[in-house]
Amino acid sequence: MKSYILNHLRELESEAIYVMREVAAQFENPCLLFSGGKDSIVLVHLARKAFWPSLIPFPLVHIDTGHNFEETLVFRDELVKKINGRLVVGSVQESIDTGRAKEETGYNASRNVLQTVTLLDTIEKHKFDAAIGGGRRDEEKARAKERFFSHRDEFGQWDPKNQRPELWNIFNGRKRLGEHFRVFPISNWTEMDVWQYIYLENIELPSLYYTHTREVFQRDGVWLAAAPFMMLKPEERIQTLQVRCRTIGDITCTGLTLSSADNLEDIIQEIAATRVTERGGRADDKRSEAAMEDRKKEGYF
Amino acid sequence: MDQHNPSEFSSKAYLGMELLRFTTAGSVDDGKSTLIGRLLYDSKSIFEDQLEAVKRASVQKGSEHINLALLTDGLRAEREQGITIDVAYRYFATPRRKFIIADTPGHIQYTRNMVTGASTANAAIILIDARNGVIEQTYRHAYIASLLQIPHIIVCVNKMDLVDWKEEVYESIKAEFKAFAAKLAIHDVRFVPISALLGDNVVEPSAHMPWYGGGTLRYILEAIHIGSDYNHIDPRFPVQYVIRPESQAYHDFRGYAGRVAGGVFRKGDKVMVLPSGFSTRIQGIYAMEEELEEAFPPQSVVITLEDDLDISRGDMIVREDHVPEISQDIDIMLCWMNPRPMEVNNKYVIMHTTRQLKCLVKEIKFKVDVNTLDHIEDGTSMKMNDIALVSLRTTKPLFFDPYRTNRITGSVILVDEATNETVGAGMIV
Repeated sequence: MKSYILNHLRELESEAIYVMREVAAQFENPCLLFSGGKDSIVLVHLARKAFWPSLIPFPLVHIDTGHNFEETLVFRDELVKKINGRLVVGSVQESIDTGRAKEETGYNASRNVLQTVTLLDTIEKHKFDAAIGGGRRDEEKARAKERFFSHRDEFGQWDPKNQRPELWNIFNGRKRLGEHFRVFPISNWTEMDVWQYIYLENIELPSLYYTHTREVFQRDGVWLAAAPFMMLKPEERIQTLQVRCRTIGDITCTGLTLSSADNLEDIIQEIAATRVTERGGRADDKRSEAAMEDRKKEGYF
Repeated sequence: MDQHNPSEFSSKAYLGMELLRFTTAGSVDDGKSTLIGRLLYDSKSIFEDQLEAVKRASVQKGSEHINLALLTDGLRAEREQGITIDVAYRYFATPRRKFIIADTPGHIQYTRNMVTGASTANAAIILIDARNGVIEQTYRHAYIASLLQIPHIIVCVNKMDLVDWKEEVYESIKAEFKAFAAKLAIHDVRFVPISALLGDNVVEPSAHMPWYGGGTLRYILEAIHIGSDYNHIDPRFPVQYVIRPESQAYHDFRGYAGRVAGGVFRKGDKVMVLPSGFSTRIQGIYAMEEELEEAFPPQSVVITLEDDLDISRGDMIVREDHVPEISQDIDIMLCWMNPRPMEVNNKYVIMHTTRQLKCLVKEIKFKVDVNTLDHIEDGTSMKMNDIALVSLRTTKPLFFDPYRTNRITGSVILVDEATNETVGAGMIV
């Protein structure tokens, strides 16, 4: 008898597409949170597959910290044009200017935490009732308990101890007015799955993921990009090195990897051989053992 | 510590990898967290920074050994209290398979969490402490695994090091479990004697138990045949979303998006659409631009039909010669998952495949004592973690299969209309 088995990437793909279609069917005004990182680029790819030959039936939302790599913004705008999509930008600078958020100061100042204010304001302003994100359960231990359909109360908060049980592939997206859902279609993917899928589907990525020459400096064992708004400590020296990004976030908290990988196969080899998790380079997670959990409860991505 | 051997992931080797989902069940202190830590650690799926964090936390808590269990405690409250609150999902891969573990806690709200973790699992690992043998909780775990129709059960007799690696201990536990399993709908049971703490027979074969002729736990997980876990006989396609581009290039395109829930659909197949009962043929099956000859579970595809019919979300495309059951009266094995009790005559939202209807609870036929399997004929209400056979009446007919023939079209959840919480999980009898 013929064997009907999908390989693991196709099964994960089918699951993610199923979740995307549930969002489109169950919610009135969903959106897709787009950071410019590889996970959200994969989400856009999956969304195109889910609704083809229609266009993606929801806008991309970018929470712009103002501290982006230039390449991220260029890539974002080209992608939006290519998929003939809609883009909504929430600006952290605007949240600061209007007094909704207060800029951190000091050497480790980051706008990462401030994004939550802008994100929640953007969701409220546009009355989004579901926000699709690229969070994965393998990223961080608080995420390991996250649901595909994650309920948020009217303040945008996550209550990890009171989550709805999620059984089979039946997703309960029922909610009261003012509440919303965060939805994570690639919950079950690992970093390796994402890279293998990018390779399998030949998905275009920003050049930052491949090796390039950049001015960098080292802090607490992590390589960071030099930028005008990055304050250097007296002992920190700028060097020019061959690096690439393993994840892409705000410049202030994106750790760079010393690497000469200039193609996907080499990157996959590098990930396979690597000894640190991808969030190990993220300064935002190192603030405390429960850093991610605390941010998520407040309404972070 | 070495990470993955990069050559294992070279070029396109991973294209042949399969996905296996399993759940772990164990009582408090029978070493479940240690086993999971061992599987992850020996499969080189724990990274240095994670290990460092665990070492730091172990020292902080005054523990002598690196406590691998800390790897699996996700939330602040769990770490502080040293307990697991919720189902957590873990991942590891070998060159043959990618694994998803649904790690369910062993104490509070046990049934609810195990049912959740079991609902998507291909396999269940049931842990037994070799010193204690088969205990009441073992029965409960086995019963829930059979209730949720997990296709494969692996019984790990753990802590063999503490019974001097004795074959008799293992054999008598095996015999006792088999006798009990015969009463349940469990078809594929395997046994393996292990020591999660020392690693014997988890990933590496044990030098202490030469009498054991079987494979290690990881070998079993890699070798289980999962190709028959889905129903490939009765074609079922719950329509999830209707795709109408109304663009110039695809002006007349009308596609039905969904995930195949059973059987195999082929281009040209004669199909019937429920509830209307109209017949037509499959014109095309699409995965984006790619046109497929056939689709099977759990593929997400778009199907186009030869005739223009009025079809919307919640309808089901089936084959005329394999029609599901259609009824407004269904009996389900219901697991109650909410602190607010369920009372007979209550009304709930019922979610089944891509449909949402309302239902009325007509009767509780009997409750099951999950420790003894006794049927208890009492009462008109269910508390959290109760399991009972319940009769429902739905506002419109459901198209379904018994859960034992199809886990997708045979499952429902109940939702409380006032709170929108998921309060019950049901398997159609």
